[in-house]
Amino acid sequence: MKFKINIFLKKGVLDPEGKAIENALLNNGYNKVNDVRVGKTISLNIKSDIKSDALEQVTLMCKEMLVNNVIEDFEIVPSEEDK
Amino acid sequence: MRVTIITFPGSNCDRDVSVAIKKITGKNPSNIWHQENEVPNCDLIILPGGFSYGDYLRCGAVAAHSPVMKEVKNHAARGGAVLGICNGFQILLEAKLLEGALIRNSGLKFVCKQVALKINKQINSPFLHHFKQNDIIHLPIAHNEGNYFADSETLKQIEDKGLVALRYHTSSDGNSFNPNGSINNIAAILSDNGKVLGMMPHPERYVDNELGGLDGFEFLKSTLEQLS
Repeated sequence: MKFKINIFLKKGVLDPEGKAIENALLNNGYNKVNDVRVGKTISLNIKSDIKSDALEQVTLMCKEMLVNNVIEDFEIVPSEEDK
Repeated sequence: MRVTIITFPGSNCDRDVSVAIKKITGKNPSNIWHQENEVPNCDLIILPGGFSYGDYLRCGAVAAHSPVMKEVKNHAARGGAVLGICNGFQILLEAKLLEGALIRNSGLKFVCKQVALKINKQINSPFLHHFKQNDIIHLPIAHNEGNYFADSETLKQIEDKGLVALRYHTSSDGNSFNPNGSINNIAAILSDNGKVLGMMPHPERYVDNELGGLDGFEFLKSTLEQLS
C-alpha cells in the first residue's frame, strides 16, 4: 500500500527558501503571489493490505522520525495507484 | 578523564575534537563508530560537527536514530555529560535530549566566521563553571542550519529555567551580532541538569593561537577539569 507524506514548516516558522522564491516571483511580475512555502514529499510503500494497519505505521514513523513536530506539520495521502 | 567521541558517516570534526582533547589531557579519547551498541564507561561523550548522513531528511535526524544513540541517551539519563557541537547540537535536538530545533539560517547563506559570545550562567553546569556571568568569549561558527527555534511556550520555559548557555553578542567591531536569525540570539542551550550542552560554535577550532585563538582551549580544559 503506497503513501505520500507531505511535510511543511509550521505557520510561524521562518521559511527563508519560500521567502526567496516569493521575492523572485514578485520580481517577475507575479504580483498577486504571497505565502510561498517550500516543503518536501516522501513516498513509501507498506507491505500490508490492511489500510488501517498501514496508516497506523506511517503515522508512527512520521511522529518518531520523518517529521520534527517542533517545526513541521505533515499530511499522509494514500497514493493514486491504490485508489 | 575519559572522553568518547562518536563518528557518524559524514562527521568531519571528529578528528579536530580528538586532537584538542589530546592536547588538553595528554591522553587519546576513545573514538567509536555510530553503529556500536555500547559506549565505553566515560566522563564525557562528544558528538562532533559535520554533515552526518549528508544532512538528509533534516540535519541530525538520521544520526539521532543511530544504534549508538540509545547508549548516549542512557549515559545522559544516568547524569553523564554530553557535548554536541554544531551538527552534534542538531543531533541532540533531534534525539530530544535538548528542546527546540535548528532551522535554515535566516539569511539563506552558510555562515563561517568568528563570533563574540556572551556567557549566560544561571545554573550549575560543568561547561560553565570556569566562567562568570556575561563573560565574552570568541569562537568560530560554520553552519547553514544554526537558526535556533522553539515555540513561545518552550522558549519561555528555557529562559525561565536559565538553560541558555551562550548568546551571540555584538563585538567591539560590531559585526558579529546574530549571524543566523536565532531566537533570543541563542547559540547554545543546556539540559535541565546542566550536563548536556548543545552549541553551534566550534571550541575545538580555537585551541591554538596559530588557528585564531585559545578560547576553545579554555572552554574545553575547564569542562574536562570539572568532569574529572
